[in-house]
Amino acid sequence: MTKKIVNMTINGRKVEEAVEPRTLLIHFLREKMNLTGAHIGCETSHCGACTVDIDGQSVKSCTHLTVQCDGSDVLTVEGLAKDGVLHAVQEGFYKEHGLQCGFCTPGMLVRSYRLLQENPNPTEEEIRTGISGNLCRCTGYQNIVKAVQYAAKKLQETATA
Amino acid sequence: MIPPEFEYHAPTTINDAVALLSQLGDEAKVLAGGHSLLPMMKMRFAEPAHLIDLNRIEQLRGISEEGGLIKIGAMTVENDILNSVLLQQKAALLPKAVKLIADPQVRNRGTIGGDIAHGDPANDHPAIMMAMDATFVLTGPEGQRSVKAVDFFHGTYMTDLAENEILTEIQMQALPANTGCAYVKLKRKTGDWATAAAAVVLQMSGGKVSMVRIGLTNVADTALRASDAEQLLVGNALTPEVLAKVVDAITAICNPAEDLRGDAEYKTAMAGEMAKRALLDAATQING
Repeated sequence: MTKKIVNMTINGRKVEEAVEPRTLLIHFLREKMNLTGAHIGCETSHCGACTVDIDGQSVKSCTHLTVQCDGSDVLTVEGLAKDGVLHAVQEGFYKEHGLQCGFCTPGMLVRSYRLLQENPNPTEEEIRTGISGNLCRCTGYQNIVKAVQYAAKKLQETATA
Repeated sequence: MIPPEFEYHAPTTINDAVALLSQLGDEAKVLAGGHSLLPMMKMRFAEPAHLIDLNRIEQLRGISEEGGLIKIGAMTVENDILNSVLLQQKAALLPKAVKLIADPQVRNRGTIGGDIAHGDPANDHPAIMMAMDATFVLTGPEGQRSVKAVDFFHGTYMTDLAENEILTEIQMQALPANTGCAYVKLKRKTGDWATAAAAVVLQMSGGKVSMVRIGLTNVADTALRASDAEQLLVGNALTPEVLAKVVDAITAICNPAEDLRGDAEYKTAMAGEMAKRALLDAATQING
């Protein structure tokens, strides 16, 4: 099958690669780019462990072709921290113990990051709806919600400071 | 899981997409949001030699209204329907129902046209389109033709679309003021298909039903329009006696496939219950 050249920006870095059309974005990120933060969970777009940000929208990268990202701006969990400083959502998950085994965490972080861009001051209900495409089998979600609330507060304080 | 090999095409106009589809014939599948097709390809239920990706065709996206006729491009994603002020005001059934489809990430990719054209009776838009009395615009090499939602679905994964046609637009009349609407869906969890669901558009006058349309999801090999139940309702108030007859008329047309969501008897009973709840919910939105 004819390979296609794709150009995209991943975590601020320009990338040009030839890929088979059938290469899913999750495989491209993990195997070609060595970005193993996004996880392969259910592979059928239910669990959200593979969530990344494409052009400012949360997308499940197990159900997205790499060729469809030509010209796109992709953000993975590896792009959240800046200069060794954790992003507020990462700090929130750390401070509020928003994880146990950690498998869902990269997807949760990237989705929470986008959710707080879409809705900087969400209610608890809006957080739960907002992360409803991400499954966690350990925490019962309680501390994940607290972590997102922590991040929302911190981001607002930073914005007004 | 990795899909089988295929050649990838990303046309930027409807004409180019139709030309490709005509040229490649049944070797090709059209790719919309991909949240049904890509999983099916991973599991080898579908092995198209060519994928024609419609995502780069800007003409296929957007929601507009001209003289009371609402037009939705087939590649409009679910989140754009959910957030459309136009639809919230003039076709509120759609955003209400879309809230119950999949999850935020999937709604960023999943499209209304893909949900309809896939022909899966478990998808939600077919019944919603029946309740809205929507019309589908299909574009092929000879031009466009229109098909009513109620005539479009022929069976599981079978629709009125010819091999060389693409669903390009969905049209519906704006709902008049004081029209109630509801989509009530029984599902086990976020992202699941309906065990049973019902879409209702309702108008009442003097406490009696003056117009009603009911669509049912996932209780037969296609979505169903419950015409007999609608006829029982017109001219009557929503009394327990009338609703009992309506539920009987609805369960009479259900023929669901048994699966992990329940057996046929349970799903049939739930279809009646969902329709009853949708009618009562819609009625609370109507004054007078």
